[in-house]
Amino acid sequence: MTTRREFLVVTAAALVPAAVEAQVDPNLAANRKAAFQEALHRITGDAAVRRGRVKVQLPPLIDNGNSVPLSVAVESPMTAADHVKAIHVLTEKNPLPDVISVALGPRAGRASISTRVRLADTQTVTAIAQMSDGSFWSDSAEVVVTLSACLEEGLI
Amino acid sequence: MARAVVTVPAQAKRGEIIEIKTLAQHAMETGFRRTQTGELIPRDIIRTFRCTYNGVEVCRVDLHPAIAANPLIAFTTVATESGTLSFQWAGDNGYTVTEIAPIRVE
Amino acid sequence: MSLRVALLFAAFLLSAGLGAGEIPLSERRSGYDLMARETRAIQDDDATNPGMLWVLDGETLWNRKAGAAGQACADCHGDARASMKGVAARYPAFDAARGRPVSLEQRINSCRVDRQKTPPLAYESKDLLALTAYVARQSRGLPIAVTIDSRTKPFLEAGREAFQRRQGQLNLACAMCHDDNWGKHLAGSVIPQAHPTGYPIYRLEWQGLGSLGRRLRNCLAGMRAQAPELGSEEFVDLELYLMWRAREMKVETPAVRP
Repeated sequence: MTTRREFLVVTAAALVPAAVEAQVDPNLAANRKAAFQEALHRITGDAAVRRGRVKVQLPPLIDNGNSVPLSVAVESPMTAADHVKAIHVLTEKNPLPDVISVALGPRAGRASISTRVRLADTQTVTAIAQMSDGSFWSDSAEVVVTLSACLEEGLI
Repeated sequence: MARAVVTVPAQAKRGEIIEIKTLAQHAMETGFRRTQTGELIPRDIIRTFRCTYNGVEVCRVDLHPAIAANPLIAFTTVATESGTLSFQWAGDNGYTVTEIAPIRVE
Repeated sequence: MSLRVALLFAAFLLSAGLGAGEIPLSERRSGYDLMARETRAIQDDDATNPGMLWVLDGETLWNRKAGAAGQACADCHGDARASMKGVAARYPAFDAARGRPVSLEQRINSCRVDRQKTPPLAYESKDLLALTAYVARQSRGLPIAVTIDSRTKPFLEAGREAFQRRQGQLNLACAMCHDDNWGKHLAGSVIPQAHPTGYPIYRLEWQGLGSLGRRLRNCLAGMRAQAPELGSEEFVDLELYLMWRAREMKVETPAVRP
């Protein structure tokens, strides 16, 4: 993954040749925010996304952005009539907005997943639950991502 | 050599919700990193993970480069009957791994 | 390492006082204690600890026949859970043939070369890391107990000297951070006391398993100092000192660290 060093140095270096275009985009933040909105729209269509029922758990200050423990739990009886069909996780500052999508169903018993994610920068992580009745619910969490002091690479 | 590890309770009561934890050994190369000379290192990640319980899919996951290396996927499932839980990971460059775990349900 | 961290190190030089000396035994803390609750949870659960993937590979290698005689580690040593219990906790250990202490990696390689009649595994190779992790895992929970006697004392002193010696472009000594300023922040990281309680570790920064030697090279790169080669005498002497400095602390292999 792009180390945060590379991310910071490259986005600041406006003089870098065209070969590095994608990462020197002067509208980087705006473009990534737009990508997030597009991904959100792809998942939810025109449906309203309500806050609640979903709980995103992330450490507020993480040890290393390369591997951040993430858990998402959704309040749901998980019956055939009323269950979580899928949980989607998105970010707004990573190179790509999608993180993970988990398709569940009544067989899950509980709508609860855990994984470890990469976060490129201090940002908000959003989880969206897609319900069997077509509704969407979400929750977000803010994390602070810092750079490690002792790295392997030489000066970039 | 261990390409993936799954942790499943060996037995459970019928109807009990059990926790399943899976770990796959994979670098999850994002496709955004560059070599020292500037070339892009191509994306090479696990794309999907599936769990089937006696042949019935109970969990399906789409992974993206934002998932950390050596991915952990932990989820729950209802212990419905005795049998076999099967776990499949599939990804770029023909990556495919299957692990199975028996479960006894009383 | 960025200019930013180099400047922080330089600011450090000006503010750091003279060495306060070694950490009192009762005040020693593993790097584990400095991690977030969620990161500690990753280490605590074998089902989620990525280091276990290497430990399992090590178990496979332990049982795999190798070399001209077609012998596996298991053929001489049996079940590692019994025969390797406590072994990693006392390495580096004195090797009479070499007349000096050797690391666990070096001991594994001597067995391969001398007994199994098979080439040694390269430092930091997947297989050597896996075997080392598997052997060290058998000491998990046991107190570190390297032997310091008339034979090993000179090497301990060499390691201590290396730890306390100012070196590199920033003229920093390991002790200045890890004895005198542990618990404080360097850039975004908390400075640990630097006890090698869980090696080989799964370092989140590496997204993989690595040895103490690799970690020391990272530190030395940060200090802008010349890093010895993996497996060099300087590194083994330093490892002996670090393990002695961590005496009685519990082995945590495979540890997870930021």
